[in-house]
Amino acid sequence: MSPAGVRDRLDVSIKQKSYRAASGDQLQVLGELAFSLAGGEVAALVGPSGCGKTTLLRIIAGLDDDFEGNVALPAHGMLGMVFQEPRLLPWRTVEQNVRLAAPKATDAGLDTLFQTLGLAAHRDHYPGELSLGLARRVALARAFAVEPDLLLLDEPFVSLDDALAARLRDELAELVNSRPVTTLLVTHNVEEAIGLADRLLLLSLSPARVLADVAVTRPRTLRTPQEIAVIREEIARRINQAYL
Amino acid sequence: MGARLISLILLIAAWYAGSQLAGARLLPEPQAVALAIVDEARSGALAFNLGATLARVAVAFTLAMTLGSVIGLAMGRSRLADRLGDPWLIVLLNLPALVIIVLAYVWAGLTETAAIAAVALNKLPIATVTVREGARSLDRALDEMAQVFRMGAWARMRHVVLPQLAPYLAAAARSGLSLVWKIVLIVELLGRPNGVGFEIGVAFQLFDVTRILAYALAFVAVMLAIETFLVQPLERHVARWRPRPA
Repeated sequence: MSPAGVRDRLDVSIKQKSYRAASGDQLQVLGELAFSLAGGEVAALVGPSGCGKTTLLRIIAGLDDDFEGNVALPAHGMLGMVFQEPRLLPWRTVEQNVRLAAPKATDAGLDTLFQTLGLAAHRDHYPGELSLGLARRVALARAFAVEPDLLLLDEPFVSLDDALAARLRDELAELVNSRPVTTLLVTHNVEEAIGLADRLLLLSLSPARVLADVAVTRPRTLRTPQEIAVIREEIARRINQAYL
Repeated sequence: MGARLISLILLIAAWYAGSQLAGARLLPEPQAVALAIVDEARSGALAFNLGATLARVAVAFTLAMTLGSVIGLAMGRSRLADRLGDPWLIVLLNLPALVIIVLAYVWAGLTETAAIAAVALNKLPIATVTVREGARSLDRALDEMAQVFRMGAWARMRHVVLPQLAPYLAAAARSGLSLVWKIVLIVELLGRPNGVGFEIGVAFQLFDVTRILAYALAFVAVMLAIETFLVQPLERHVARWRPRPA
């Protein structure tokens, strides 16, 4: 998939990460934690709210370097990230927002991307004129337009209604299928994780460690609701064991 | 528009009534001032003096805004710069304009450089404080987005930082323009051989209220034109992305 000699793995090895709380106490958020993603692999970090998922993602994105451990990004380390909020520039149009992040994107590439995400009619709109669902699509388009070596998604569908979230998940799956990219998805929604990822990394309560590493071998497009339900049961069982 | 016009007519009527009460020597009638403006314009003196003052305003304003923005941005972004710059800022903010002007003339002589430096120095701390306020309220989330997507320094400045600073820059420019031209007049009165301030100084010695009003109003008209045809369209352009109230 990638030319020989170019590393395309993501290696994460964290010893620990703590915050200094306002009271002066040290608060440990991440415990000892290590995993690797092969090139093109899609993994989901699943864990309860507040367990440190976002902190971990910020460390991998290079936004937080106050931790003990190591992160080795794949290849050139070009990142595409979808934050919990769309984080668009309100004073630039949809198309400008995407182009500013991805100056090398071609017209044809953007056309396809906007088409896939249903944004073709909104290219010249400002973010303030978009619904949250559309704004999240723009954030997805921006992350894909840079043709990243690593795609980071932080709860990208949170606070959307179920139907819309499901549609966006399908669109995301379509994008990942059309252009394989090493992807790390953070979510507390197990179903979402099973629907999208090849691998599920279950995180413990804070300070977070990896509790289990569950592979989902069937290709995304062939997963039936029954299979998803089975995996879901399995994960629920593991989570209950760990958290109770 | 109608209300503005009525208000303006009322102002001129009040002026007229006042001149009838106080007498033409203290407050000349509006038409006398209008005639004086025309006279000065015919002789070329009006254009010459307005031009001299406007040039000083332009240079001092540009200098103060540029330096103020750079320093304000640095102080808003860096704690160290803020700590280092703050005492200077407080001193400058509280130094009366007149003191700065007199000292500039004493130290650098009655020169153009001293005049412009004095005006710019008077405006600088206010521009700095305003822009610092804007820099402190910059959105961390957008900063992180720019960092993750590896936007270059220039792109970040132009597309992420400056649009957020725009309202603060506009506020600084607005208040700055009116402040600068008032101080330029004092500088001209005290140590320049031309300009609106110089003419007003001469008129003061001759007790020529008509000429004082003629120059003051002519310059107000110029500033109003700048506000209407330059500042406001620029503001509208910068705010074009804001959803308009229905």
